[in-house]
Amino acid sequence: MAKLLEVNNLTYLAGGRKIIDDLCLSINTGEVHALIGTNGTGKSTLACLIMGCGSCRATEGEILFAGHRINDLEIHERATQGITMAWQEPARFEGLSVREYLSLKPSEVTADTCLTMVGLEPRTYLDRQVDKALSGGERKRIELASILAISPQLALLDEPDSGIDMLSTSEIIKVIESLRASGAAVLLITHRDEIARIADRASLLCGGRIICTGPPETVADRYRERRCAVCNSWECDYAGD
Amino acid sequence: MPAIESLLNALQETGEDRSVLEASDTAHLVVEGNTVLSAKTVPGLELVTQETATGIAATVLVREGVRIERPVHLCFGVVHPQGLQTIRMDLRLERNASAMLMAHCLFPRAEEVRHEMEATVEIGEGAELDYREIHFHGPFGGTTVIPRSSVTIGSNGRYRGDFTLTTGRVGMLDFNVSVHAAEDSITELTARVLGSSSDQITIRESVSLDGDNARSIIKTRIALTDEATAVVTNITEGNAAGARGHVDCMELVRDRAVASAVPVVNVTNPLAKVTHEAAIGTVDLRQMETLMAHGLTPDEAVDVIVKGILR
Repeated sequence: MAKLLEVNNLTYLAGGRKIIDDLCLSINTGEVHALIGTNGTGKSTLACLIMGCGSCRATEGEILFAGHRINDLEIHERATQGITMAWQEPARFEGLSVREYLSLKPSEVTADTCLTMVGLEPRTYLDRQVDKALSGGERKRIELASILAISPQLALLDEPDSGIDMLSTSEIIKVIESLRASGAAVLLITHRDEIARIADRASLLCGGRIICTGPPETVADRYRERRCAVCNSWECDYAGD
Repeated sequence: MPAIESLLNALQETGEDRSVLEASDTAHLVVEGNTVLSAKTVPGLELVTQETATGIAATVLVREGVRIERPVHLCFGVVHPQGLQTIRMDLRLERNASAMLMAHCLFPRAEEVRHEMEATVEIGEGAELDYREIHFHGPFGGTTVIPRSSVTIGSNGRYRGDFTLTTGRVGMLDFNVSVHAAEDSITELTARVLGSSSDQITIRESVSLDGDNARSIIKTRIALTDEATAVVTNITEGNAAGARGHVDCMELVRDRAVASAVPVVNVTNPLAKVTHEAAIGTVDLRQMETLMAHGLTPDEAVDVIVKGILR
């Protein structure tokens, strides 16, 4: 399978500290790749570096998407190439309806279909605003619906399951499966085994480095042991050399 | 072009369908400068107008228990580049009456136009008034608008005041509304203004919750670009037991625009509660990034955010 995303020797420094340390990662077309690790190991930062958010710019290394270097592209330019991201805490928008949010760009998938796939009743939600009146779980589901509407080539999903009740795990899985079925790749940041298990491969991140990659079960077992290959401590706070 | 035709064209610029002024079941008043061009009333609504040297004086009365089904359209405008228009309006809703008034203030070619509105509004016991004022000032920024209104709400009454100036240039706006609210009444004030270039915006909204369990919300949304300025003063007084008030002001600034918000909260009764929130700043980065991750350019993203808060 062709490599869609290649992250080569990526380092990101913030406040004099290595947040991402000489990291290498590749994701194939149509692959669901889980990224696992304890809090503060750089998972969200890595997603932001790939998306090109705010001040997150690689200090060293390169990010290739479909064979092209994207380090210097702005977020919308990366989105135009086919990358999108769902944040762990999605932004809220006063005055913007769910219908409008799911139709920001022309889409082949209807807003109704996208909402149904994330377990929300279109009649109830289409005319609601994407504002603070939505619960955290509702907002997360709408964000996932918007990812479906975009039909990306690569979706960066930062803890799509956080804030969503356990019973709804199957809907999250359905969204990820749907993205995979459409040929999209997914970088899936999660703490839940049952979500990570659907990935084709998983990587364990520790101290800004990927310390192992392999079948999700194997990587999840390693994570459960909380043994870091670099420092061999139960709670790793490895931060580079 | 006849004055009424110019006004109707401008009316369409605000998104309103000009045919509303032709409907037989819809009351209206159309005033250009100091000339009443058209007036129509419906059963239960009394409309008396008098032309003055610089505008008109109007009395609008909705009789006790009458519910006006269709919105009453008030079109005030100056179609010439220069002019002065002064509107004096006494608006009264008797006990248990209800109506929606849509005031369209239209100055499509204004280069040096001044519009002053002095309104006295009296809402009787159990009566409900929905007053929406929509402005269109054209592209030149030559409009000075000074709307002043004093509103009294009787017990169990309800007042919703909605001011919108988001099309064309503002020019200079000095908007002032004060409300005195009796027991169990509800007040909702909303103002939305989009300022650009050298526009100057001053907004003062004041609600005095004088009766037990009176409730209010003041919501102000301002978006500024270029060198526009805005000063927003939101005042809420909780003067009675169970009174509840909230002030919510948001101002988005870009370029060299300058905004300030002055929330004033006074509580004179220990059983009253008034809260406020004010946010002034540039466009939220996370919102921008989210929209850009959906493929919007930075300009498109700002447009979506600004339109949203002004909606």
